[in-house]
Order: sequence, then C-alpha cells, then structure tokens
Amino acid sequence: MIEQVSVDSLVLRLADSIDSALPARLASICDLLEVNGDHWLVDLVPSYTTLLVTWDPLITDYQAVRDRVLDCLSKSDSDTTRGAARLHRIPVWYSTNSGPDLEAVARHAGITIDEVIRIHSETRYLVYALGFAPGFAFLGETDERIAMPRKQTPRARVPAGSVAIANRQTAIYPLESPGGWQLIGLSPVRLFNPQNLSLLKTGDAVQFCPVTEAEYREMAGGTS
Amino acid sequence: MSLHILDAGLSCTVQDPGRRGYRRHGLASGGAADLHAFRWANKLLDNNPGAACLEIVMGGFRAVARHHITVAVTGADASLKVNGRPLAGWSTIKLKPDDELEIGMSRAGRLIYLALPGGVDGPELFGSQSMVAREQFSDHAGLEAGAEVACLSEEPAIPRRAVPDSHRRHYREDVCELDLLPGYQYREFDRYDLLRLTHSNYRVTQHSDRMGYRLSGPALEKADWQILSEGMVVGAVQIPGDGQPIVLMPDCQTIGGYPKPGALSRQDLGRLAQRLPGDSIRFRFTSPEDMQRKHLLSELFFRHTRWEANGCDLRWR
Repeated sequence: MIEQVSVDSLVLRLADSIDSALPARLASICDLLEVNGDHWLVDLVPSYTTLLVTWDPLITDYQAVRDRVLDCLSKSDSDTTRGAARLHRIPVWYSTNSGPDLEAVARHAGITIDEVIRIHSETRYLVYALGFAPGFAFLGETDERIAMPRKQTPRARVPAGSVAIANRQTAIYPLESPGGWQLIGLSPVRLFNPQNLSLLKTGDAVQFCPVTEAEYREMAGGTS
Repeated sequence: MSLHILDAGLSCTVQDPGRRGYRRHGLASGGAADLHAFRWANKLLDNNPGAACLEIVMGGFRAVARHHITVAVTGADASLKVNGRPLAGWSTIKLKPDDELEIGMSRAGRLIYLALPGGVDGPELFGSQSMVAREQFSDHAGLEAGAEVACLSEEPAIPRRAVPDSHRRHYREDVCELDLLPGYQYREFDRYDLLRLTHSNYRVTQHSDRMGYRLSGPALEKADWQILSEGMVVGAVQIPGDGQPIVLMPDCQTIGGYPKPGALSRQDLGRLAQRLPGDSIRFRFTSPEDMQRKHLLSELFFRHTRWEANGCDLRWR
C-alpha cells in the first residue's frame, strides 16, 4: 500500500506486524530506487515494515514517484543480487560494571548473568530500523527469555557504546544520550561518526561477541 | 564582511533549507522552521533561495558590523534599531563599520531571520550549514556572544528594499488555520476524534522547540495505541497516549511509534513555528493537490520573480 504523506513524501507499507523477511526486502527496494533515483530522490527511511520516500517536488511529483516505487517493489521480489545480509560482529564487554542493568535483567529473567550473556550473544540479529539518534539501530529480535521492558525513569546520560535491551529489541547507543533501555554491556565499536555516517544499515545482520575488560579497553584505545 | 555578535538572545542558529539524504542515518533534517520568512530574508538581498541565514528565537539579539554591509531582517515583530535609531523590519538594513544592530524582544511571532549578502559563510556538516543543537556535534550547536558571522558575497551595492505589505505576515491572528494533509493512520482514528481535532482550537504550549511543538486542547479520546515505528516527515502531527497533538519540527526524530492523523504542509508548518506559547491554532484538512499547488506557487515565486527598481515591487520573469 502506498500513500502520500506530505508534499514531498510517500509511505510504502508492506505489512502491519514485524516480519524478519522485510528488512532485506526494504533494503532491496532502497537499492533499486537509488540506482535510478539520481537527482529527484532526496531520502529513504526504511523502518520495520514501511519505507518513507522523499523526493524533490520541484523535479517530480507523487504520481511519478509512486510508479517508480511500485516498479522497484515488483523487481525486489526477484532481486537475487543481494545475497546474504552483511554481517557485523560486534565485540561487547558484558559485566555489571559496564552494564549497570545486567543483574536486573538476569533477575527479571530468573537466570544467571552468564546465561543472559550467552543468550544475548548467541542470537543473530537483524537491523529493522535506524532512528532515535544518529546511527541508532533497532536490532531484533532478542530471545524472549531475556526480554525486559524499558526503565520507568530514563537515564539522563547513557555512555556511547552502551549495549542495551528493551522488550524484544536490542541496540548499541552510538553517542552519549539520554535513554531508557536496560544496559548490559559496552562495545568499543563506534556506530556513527560524521565522516563515515552510520555503520549499520537496515537489513544488515549483527552478532555480538563477548570480550574481556582488557580486550575492550585495548580496542577502545584506552579512551573509555 | 562580517558581523560580530554581542548578544545571541535565547537561541541563535545558522539555518539553510536543511540536510538532504541523511535521515536514513538517523540524522535530523534541520533547516529553517519558517520557510516563508527565511526565503524573504534571502530574497531581499537577491541571495540564492537556499542561502544560510541566522534564525533568532524571540529576539534579544545584538551585533556590530565590522565592515560596510547590507543585511535583511524578516519574521517576528520585534523592535529593530541601528545605533539606537528605530527601523522597520521586512527590509534591507545598511550598516557601516561599528554600527550596532539591535533586535528587541518579539511582540508577535517567534522566529526572526537575519540574512547576509550571499548567505552566511560557515562550516557545512552533512551537506548543510543547518545547526541541530540536540545532536551535539561540537561547534555545530548554536552561535553565542563573541561569534563572528561572515558572509559569502562582497557585493556592496544592494539597493534599499522592503517586502511588499501583501506578502508580509504579522503573526497576530487570534486563531491561525493550518492545512493538514490526511495520511498515515488517518483511517484508523476514531471519527469523533478527527472531528475534535479539526473543530477545536489548540494552544501552543511552553514545551515547544525545534524538535516539536506540543499543543494543548481537547484531548483525542481514543489515542492510547501505538504502531510499529515508521518514517516521519517534518510537519507530522503525532498523537501520544494523552491525546494532545505534537507537531514535529525540522530537528525531529526520523522514526516514531505514535499514531498520526496526517502532516502539516511545509508552508503552514512555518505559520505554526511562528506561534508563541498561548497562541491558538486550528487544523483543517486539505487535499494533496491543494497542498502541492500552494507549495509550488510559493517556491517558484522566490525563484522566478525579480525586484523592480523601486525596491518594493516584484514581477515574474
């Protein structure tokens, strides 16, 4: 379903509930649109089941963009060039020092801290969306056993690199910011910098690898 | 040629039309909140329609000229003075070295645009000079007292000009009517809630900034539902659980999970952006065709009109 939502944007809606097949499909549609988007395409914001397409209204209009999007949607069915999702292995120092909520997550789940770490790092996640802050990727889905709601009162400051859980989602805070997710560890990987922009893209795959505090400090370059 | 800021007021940022193509990385688009006053400030100086200007919130701004320079001021109604001598807004202002330009506190309207010849010269980040304070990239959050603001053109010969009265906005309407394009979850909202939204006055609250304007009025009653986060346009009207609308401004997040009955046109977003806490607005639904027509007419006007020699009329070319 396609619908115009402003003078320069439309939303393509593929489903109403989370589906692990959709991030790759949306990424494929984005690639196809970018290949022939040259000058009229301004931006693409994929998110879970939808894609927001923004164009330059002085160059083209809704009807023309809608036709392009429908064309790319049908081609994305048979897009075999994409292959497997790009996999990122992201090191995480899991501990009660680096993850002040790790103990609470274990208690909430009724399992040990080591089991939380094992379950969180065994799952392969998909990037469903980017947003909230520059480079902030919503990864899903966390194993039901370690799912935990957001904190009642968000923290005023969450350090950059914090790895966190909220319900069945997990994420890494790219920059220091306020945040209400449950913090379980720290990663030395910087998910966003102004030169290279966001490390993760919708449709990518992520796996977390536990590292020791010493390894974390070495990878972080002694700055954290 | 440059200005030296003595007092930046509540908030003073550099704004152009905003970033293009970076929302996919989770970056805000940024950009002038009121495109109408922004375009007019540039038009007065024959700048490129997208040249960067200063966006000054509520006034309280003072700067001293370093050289001979002609600037233009549009937007909120605030007293304007050069060396203590009052001047009219929505016009060009000629400054000599050491002249002090003072913009008083706004009496109506919120945002003032100050244009410099050729546009403000400054660092670009993500293809734009727009400053997005909440992203906290160093040196790109806002201007403070002591800052030097340079311009891109050395053109000294800008004639005296004033925006024709019929094109000025005075921001004094009791109730400002805003065009809302139905979209997103429009069909899923309760019919009575949609009627409530378009047949009531909403007031702008104190909790209004470049991320979003929180409104207060008759609450939508069946608003306590959420959706999977989806891409949001600047101008989207989101309804959180308390049923009070929040209109998203240029520094807003890129995705969100509150239901939305639609989005304001980019033109009328500027009208809302100019409203002060306590000011009233009313939504009215519009059609995509109508929104498109108004948008194009306005954008083409700024690109394809030329000043007459008298400095107060324009004609299409």
